[in-house]
Amino acid sequence: MRSAVVRYSPLLLLAIAWEAVPRLGLVDPDTLPPLSAVLRAWIGLLRDGDLAVNGLSSLQNLTAGLVLAIVVGVALGVLMAWYWPVEVLVNPLVRILYPLPRSALIPVMILWFGLGAASKIAAVFLGCLLPVVIGAFNGARGVEQVLIWSARAAGATSLEVLREVVVPAAMPEILAGIRNALALSFILLVAAELLISQRGMGYLISSFGEAGAYDAMFAGVLTVSAVGFFADRLYLLVMGWALRWRG
Amino acid sequence: MARVTALGQAALRWVSILAVLILWQVFAEAHVVSAFLLPSFSTVSVRLYHDVVSGDMILAVALTLYRAFAGFALAAVFGVAIGILIARISVMRWFFDPLVSIGLPMPKIAYLPVFILWFGVFDASKILMVTFSAIFPVIVASWAAADGVEGVLLWSALSLGAGRRQLLWEIALPASMPQIFTGLQVAMPISLIVEIISEMAMGGEGLGGSIMTEMRFADSPGVFSGILAIAIVGAVLVKAMELIRRRLLLWHPEALAG
Repeated sequence: MRSAVVRYSPLLLLAIAWEAVPRLGLVDPDTLPPLSAVLRAWIGLLRDGDLAVNGLSSLQNLTAGLVLAIVVGVALGVLMAWYWPVEVLVNPLVRILYPLPRSALIPVMILWFGLGAASKIAAVFLGCLLPVVIGAFNGARGVEQVLIWSARAAGATSLEVLREVVVPAAMPEILAGIRNALALSFILLVAAELLISQRGMGYLISSFGEAGAYDAMFAGVLTVSAVGFFADRLYLLVMGWALRWRG
Repeated sequence: MARVTALGQAALRWVSILAVLILWQVFAEAHVVSAFLLPSFSTVSVRLYHDVVSGDMILAVALTLYRAFAGFALAAVFGVAIGILIARISVMRWFFDPLVSIGLPMPKIAYLPVFILWFGVFDASKILMVTFSAIFPVIVASWAAADGVEGVLLWSALSLGAGRRQLLWEIALPASMPQIFTGLQVAMPISLIVEIISEMAMGGEGLGGSIMTEMRFADSPGVFSGILAIAIVGAVLVKAMELIRRRLLLWHPEALAG
């Protein structure tokens, strides 16, 4: 407890500075509203439901896109490692598309799917797909042959080997790929919502910014940062739990 | 599981690029979806050619690269400096440790409207947004690298009479180079991604800005030619970083492995 206080005390210092600097008139309170004003605005957003409506919408689109990317990505990655025709067909594509800056896809998704949820889900899905594919591919490719031979010798069918041996052995790299995808999903979703949207946290932040309600804008920014940070920490816990059998 | 040689893989890559482009052309020509949703590859490449010849595309690429590189350079210089200071000075570690552990996984893109409020919508704002997004992986990589420099190297240099400055420039920094470069290789694509998003949000020409304008005018060949250009720029940058790494780390054992 004590060590946690010492560890996080710089954050407390920053919070105090954030409150003091605009109050002392060192910067214009419009440019940086004091932290207390931001917290008041946050409670206001919570009360009138802005946070619930937009937060829920963002969370839904994020989850839908990410889950889709995980399911398709793991299947594709494992198949690539398992059947060489799939590798020959898909691997070069993955390598070509991997360096494509994924934010470039947002305008096309809006052209294709309009301003609503579908374009956000598609942007998150496409942006997150490749890290998952690459994680699953590398993981499944690195499975020791001995494990596969033993399973075969014990009478396992192809599908059983895949499900019982290859996927669990590839799990650490699959989970690491998904962690990259999780970080990307926030970037893509918030960017898409900031640019063109009628709902979601990104929309909330940018519309308060345009309206000059800077305390509410900062409240939205802090909320997104906190959710992104805690999602990563939570994921690390889940990852540790899922891999506990490895010792 | 087939193991293909390096040459075969390179050939395969070009064959598969070609296959995708042909598929794109055939699919678009078949008019399964309208030409607005998916203009054919030939339409898009003719458009790209015209944009390059007229100079618009060259200007856009130059603007985007200028801001992305400026932001990246700031992130590299300050990120490496902060990372090494964190590893060496305990007050720096106390102050930056919680900030870095929160800043690294946090979606920095949400701060875009804050940067607009503080720095406006012109170059400074975009460059600083890129720096803010790209600096965390550089700090973490340099910190880990400087922490991991083998004591034996430092002791040997000390016993040979090296000063503090020499220790930093001639031993600690080169020994940390591979890991620092890995951080820079993570930061480079982030810089390009964030620069493009910032242009999309703030306007001001560049690849992201012009795609957004073309989208608003429902100019779909323009949007697709912009994406083609972004894909090429992204691929070239990633490749360039790999080549620079190989060149810079020629002396390092890792160069022998590859």
